[in-house]
Amino acid sequence: MTKLNTYEAALAAYEPVLGLETHIELDTATKMFCGCATTFGAEPNAQVCPVCLALPGALPVANKAAVEATMKIGLALNCRIAEWTRFARKNYFYPDMPKNFQTSQYEEPLCEDGYVDVVVDGESYRVEIERVHLEEDTGKTLHVGGATGRIHGATESLVDYNRAGIPLVEIVTKPVPGTGALAPEVARAYATELRDIVRSLGVSDVRMEQGSMRCDVNVSLNRPGDEWGTRTETKNVNSLRSVERAVRYEIRRQSALLDSGDKILQETRHFHETTGETSPGRSKEEATDYRYFPEPDLAVMEPSKEWVEALRASLPEPPRKRRERLQADWGLGDKEMQSVVNADAVELIEATIAAGAGASGAVKWWLGELSRRANETGAELGALAITPAQVAELQGMVEDGRLNDKLARQVIDGVLAGEGGPAEVAAARGLEVVSDTGALEAAVDEAIAANPAVAEKIRGGKHAAAGALIGAVMKATKGQADAGTVRQIILDKLS
Amino acid sequence: MSDRIIDKYAVELAADIREGRLSAVEVTTAFLDRIAAVDGTVKAFLHVDREGALATAAEVDAARAAGEELGPLAGVPIAVKDVVVTKGLPTTAASKILEGWIPPYDATIVERLKAAKMPILGKTNLDEFAMGSSTEYSAYQQTANPWDTGRIPGGSGGGSAAAVAAKMAPLAIGTDTGGSIRQPGAVTGTFGGKPTYGSNSRYGLIAFSSSLDTPGPVSRTAVDGALLHEVISGHDPRDSTSIDAPVPPVFEAARLGARGDLSGVKLGVVKEFAEGTDAAEPGVVAAYEAGVEQLVKLGAEIIEVSCPSFTYALPTYYLIAPSEASSNLARYDGVRYGLRTGDDGERGLEEVMSLTREAGFGPEVKRRIILGTYALSAGYVDAFYGKAQKVRTLIKQDFEKAFEQVDALISPTTPFTAFKFGERTGDPYQMYLADLYTIPSNLYGGPGVSVPVGLSEGMPVGLQVMGPVMGDDITYRVAAALETTQEPLLADTAPDIHANVRFTSFSEGGK
Repeated sequence: MTKLNTYEAALAAYEPVLGLETHIELDTATKMFCGCATTFGAEPNAQVCPVCLALPGALPVANKAAVEATMKIGLALNCRIAEWTRFARKNYFYPDMPKNFQTSQYEEPLCEDGYVDVVVDGESYRVEIERVHLEEDTGKTLHVGGATGRIHGATESLVDYNRAGIPLVEIVTKPVPGTGALAPEVARAYATELRDIVRSLGVSDVRMEQGSMRCDVNVSLNRPGDEWGTRTETKNVNSLRSVERAVRYEIRRQSALLDSGDKILQETRHFHETTGETSPGRSKEEATDYRYFPEPDLAVMEPSKEWVEALRASLPEPPRKRRERLQADWGLGDKEMQSVVNADAVELIEATIAAGAGASGAVKWWLGELSRRANETGAELGALAITPAQVAELQGMVEDGRLNDKLARQVIDGVLAGEGGPAEVAAARGLEVVSDTGALEAAVDEAIAANPAVAEKIRGGKHAAAGALIGAVMKATKGQADAGTVRQIILDKLS
Repeated sequence: MSDRIIDKYAVELAADIREGRLSAVEVTTAFLDRIAAVDGTVKAFLHVDREGALATAAEVDAARAAGEELGPLAGVPIAVKDVVVTKGLPTTAASKILEGWIPPYDATIVERLKAAKMPILGKTNLDEFAMGSSTEYSAYQQTANPWDTGRIPGGSGGGSAAAVAAKMAPLAIGTDTGGSIRQPGAVTGTFGGKPTYGSNSRYGLIAFSSSLDTPGPVSRTAVDGALLHEVISGHDPRDSTSIDAPVPPVFEAARLGARGDLSGVKLGVVKEFAEGTDAAEPGVVAAYEAGVEQLVKLGAEIIEVSCPSFTYALPTYYLIAPSEASSNLARYDGVRYGLRTGDDGERGLEEVMSLTREAGFGPEVKRRIILGTYALSAGYVDAFYGKAQKVRTLIKQDFEKAFEQVDALISPTTPFTAFKFGERTGDPYQMYLADLYTIPSNLYGGPGVSVPVGLSEGMPVGLQVMGPVMGDDITYRVAAALETTQEPLLADTAPDIHANVRFTSFSEGGK
């Protein structure tokens, strides 16, 4: 059993240093070095050719759109674009890598020396970017016959080369010290910011759950004043929340080891989504010598100043600036806006407003009820089966008095269950507010008759007691009455 | 010239076909029959495609009958070194690891041969993955030198050179990484041209050393080679290292050279090569020097130039080429195609990969993979691969400086004539010396041709002409001019191979 310290105890004794390596699959129409399509979810080995299968004699040609997308990412991360850059071969044997080398970049990356500022708890942290380089993805191996889906115990391994050769951008930070107890939050904020930046550029769909954005999280601990400690690299971190959890777990695990005088192994670890734990992967002792050398099959690239400047000029408003603008437009406080960002709801709210809702209504639904639903199912907010336009429609119905909040929540149930849009669901489920005053008066009369003591209190001027009668009426009308209207009728009758 | 179809040059055959004196089917049949008659002795071909070749020939004849204009080499058959992929035809690189593999695509140069309507006779033997200078490292068979069947035909393109020398094909495709077109040309008395690196597409050429590999023509004359050069050359968007510029006018240059006038042409003799003639056999030196005298008679001016870094060309090459090869050959792992050994359902993946490579690669390939892996390893890469790249730059600079003074450089193609089978396989370094004079051009990227210049103890000697990058034309001009001093042409004096000559590895040679 792995020994763990409490997070508080770990932070009392050690300072964490972070580092993140992020891989982002670009959404170019064709692969990095050949003309094959890149559509997600195609039949295995349907999107392959001599080049990406590494048949004898086949040669790569670099995808210009991918080079351009990488430069855009570099520029958006405040990097310097290389005047002279080339690909390199990273040599190692693996069956899902057709050439048994990965065409990547080594000493001459396309972009270098940038930074991203992230805000956590009102405090700004600068995460420095060491490099942004372009490489190709590998295929996928499926191990079958074993219990775990892993290679242990498997009877066969199947390889799908559809993903082999899809352009992959690797973004490496410099070590990030000085985040203290907020290290997990800073890591998450960086990953979120990076994702938002890349998404704003329109060069990737950056979906961690589909693997189009993958984070490797490096963590080391040192005692205050000491040199940085040995780091571990945790892979298989598949959501923003997991980035935070992985850092937190490693801090707790490493601090317990250090406390008992053990050494931290420099190793690759795997994050387990279900338990939130990490387990050892390949250790340094078995690490491959990649024998990097410049890729002789690809011409050197020398991006011209004009090209770089044209790309710089084409960059969209940075997500952070955009957020500041939206926060002002929406009239939100820092805390509220932070919640919006944390919930990954900026675009959703913006789209909801664009569809006609007021800012406060849009924020209320996405941050309240819908976030709660997302948390319940563990889904991302954007993955819920309700569109911003539907949320705007719902809010409109509330503002028109056709729905109250309780009914609106039931409408959401229906929309999420795929029963149609809000109006359809309300009609089909009979969820309109009862506006027939005659029916309400009858219900109020019944409630007064059933609760004479309460009625007497109200008559005596205790208006707060009306709540009990309102509750009874709402119960009788199955929530379909407007609480304000009911209250007014009660007060009218009893004064 | 003789009346035999197989004795004719490619230009003559093309004209005969175009003008209706011969049909393409007749021509192709003659070469196929020649293969059937003598290849049992020479063993130049790994695969013969009689049906495919005749089908292309029939198309040419039909096109002519329909009044279509025929291209410059339409109907002229050709042999292709088995390191160039051909759709539907087995392609092995003479390695067991690719036994039985049928490529699903054509190399760009093969597409161009097909577009030129040249019947492909078959695939020729080579040293495995083009690594060697004698074709003895083929995993399949030993190819004989038609001048003496007890001797090697050079390598790695011994099959293509021997096929042309024995008149089983008027033309062939070779590939040259360190001399694999030129050295076989020299030792079989044929013409071989290594074009400027990047001027001929490598797409579909099974990679040995990506920064050095260059496909090119094998023929009996410079004019024939130039025609073929123009058919296969030119920019290819599928090869990132392909040069996007017009092909140098090599055919015109060869015709100019064939007028026998080299007035005003300055030819450089590399001082350091002359000093190193220790390595060259006296007979080779004598034949080469006689050739230089002929060039002077044709009007050329000979100037001594210094290329000090050429001294390091051989060790530089044997770091760069194996380094790239170690990576290029990593894909042969038994996972996707070719040989797979030991997959018994019990063994793990790494073990199967390892057994496959153990069984599939021959000794020279393994030697170079190990050498290259070592040269790229952490802690050694700077001292070996890195240093070699620096020397490569110096060699390029030597060439560039030399071409400020001269139009082309000349040298013997190779230090020794065809040796006997087995003579150098025991000592890799002795084998590597065969490429002493050809390697510099590969490291530089410029063109080089080998043209027969004379005999030494009855075996052919070649003269090499090296040009500046994209200056292929001058190399053809000089070669064609040298040919005018030979009557008959050396390439036409090869002993005829008869079907009843039995192969023997004990021949004493020197006919």
